[in-house]
Amino acid sequence: MLCAVCCTPLMLVLDGVVAGYGPTVCLKGIDLEVRPGEIVALLGANGAGKTTTLMAISGLVRPRQGSITFGGARLNGIAPEAVAALGIGHVPEGRRVFTRLTVLENLRLGAYLRRDSRAMHEDVRQMWELFPVLRARQRQLAGTLSGGEQQMLAMARGLMGRPTLLLLDEPSLGLAPKLVRTVFDIITRINAGGTAILLVEQNARMALSVAHRGYILETGAVTLCDSAKALAGNPHVKSAYLGG
Amino acid sequence: MTASQVFLQQLANGLTIGSIYALIALGYTMVYGVIQLINFAHGDVFMVGAYMGLSVCLWLGLEGAAPGAAMAWGFVGVIGAAMFGCGMLGLGVERLAYRPLRRAPRLAALITAIGVSFFLQNAVMLIYGATDRRFPPLVPSIRWEVGGATVTALQVVIWASAGIMMLGLQALVMRTRLGAAMRATAQDPTACWLLGIPVDRIIALTFVIGSSLAASGGVLFGLYYNTVNFHDGYLTGIKAFTAAVLGGIGNIPGAMVGGLLLGVLETLGAGYLSAQWKHVFAFVVLVVLLLFKPTGLLGERVADRA
Repeated sequence: MLCAVCCTPLMLVLDGVVAGYGPTVCLKGIDLEVRPGEIVALLGANGAGKTTTLMAISGLVRPRQGSITFGGARLNGIAPEAVAALGIGHVPEGRRVFTRLTVLENLRLGAYLRRDSRAMHEDVRQMWELFPVLRARQRQLAGTLSGGEQQMLAMARGLMGRPTLLLLDEPSLGLAPKLVRTVFDIITRINAGGTAILLVEQNARMALSVAHRGYILETGAVTLCDSAKALAGNPHVKSAYLGG
Repeated sequence: MTASQVFLQQLANGLTIGSIYALIALGYTMVYGVIQLINFAHGDVFMVGAYMGLSVCLWLGLEGAAPGAAMAWGFVGVIGAAMFGCGMLGLGVERLAYRPLRRAPRLAALITAIGVSFFLQNAVMLIYGATDRRFPPLVPSIRWEVGGATVTALQVVIWASAGIMMLGLQALVMRTRLGAAMRATAQDPTACWLLGIPVDRIIALTFVIGSSLAASGGVLFGLYYNTVNFHDGYLTGIKAFTAAVLGGIGNIPGAMVGGLLLGVLETLGAGYLSAQWKHVFAFVVLVVLLLFKPTGLLGERVADRA
């Protein structure tokens, strides 16, 4: 399924991606695009293949068919650390911060590939501005942070590699409503800095409120793709994902 | 000798062999920490380290060297060369034997480790022969009386060497980028990949560091017992593994504490009960400790991923 493509060049293109685990096929030919500076929401029920799509992009799952290109470079079969080096940050589901390392160590590991230590210090300072709660806890072990703080840390850590595209997997999962608001505000601010975002979310309403465009995934295939506004007004999307 | 003098003497001897156990235990625990593999070839890497040290001694003509600066530099050179050589050996073993099995069931890597152990033992036997080889003394035979116990210069050298290595390792692991990446890899390799951390290289470096530490233990072992044999890696390796489990496998300070403790307990057991029961004693301690604290002294719960 092709989406209405305007004149901006494409950044990330998935073309007929088929992928799965062992005998199970989870993605049955996904077509998806992200343009520079966009927030794209990827919505769907549990098991629709949202997380697998992100894992295929970052190289954790190898596509069996189709192609994934990023800025013209083919990503199929590239190791995850090489994908990260190309400028794709991936904040995985469940945050996966290093609980036995300090907050500051977590951040620095996000910039492991970089050798420009001065710019890195500058970026750490920026992260303290974007996530003030982390600054106060920089010497604490990440395992002592609350769930919301760990989500902030995971996002900050993902940004330390200066990605041009950030993949966010369920950033609001398990967070109190007030924190969900904060997380989405931060997503908007990150995007305002020029970083494109591919956002996987259960909370479709919030996701569509910040996104420019969105895709609906159903059992491993894209069934709908439109501007966020149009999706929010679509009767099928309303009844299936927005609670009526 | 009075009872307290006997105790002091046993303590000094125990800390000496314990230092060597600790140096080897670090390699077991570090490798287990990053890839959950009990590297059964590690004891043999320790033994190869002793033989590498021996070869350098012979090559440099250090046999019968007079005490002095030449001897001191000889010691540093021998231990340094053995550490470098075993570091490269560890790198090769990881690359050839373990990395191809990274995605295989854990049992496959474990059996491969036993195969590597046999390979190293037999290779050394073919090269150096099956009989004991004499290890030349590199430390002058000076002895001091401390509180009625005798402490040799060699013991002081072993304590100091082990202490320096452990402090250096602790600084590397806790204060450097590489160390942070090692701790992160031990906790969640997938998250490391996503951040662009070269996990395979971090694992390889863990083998290099662990093997180098074992080599330093091998040279100290050769100096302490004056002989080396191709079988030496077996029992000493198992004891060091015991020490790593005692301290909590995967935990670096635990391996240090476990090594020293095992050395002291074993020596005290041999001294006060019976020398014939020396080896049994080490394992009895392990069984008893694991009954009451299955994670080892400093070990944490294994599954604490968020």
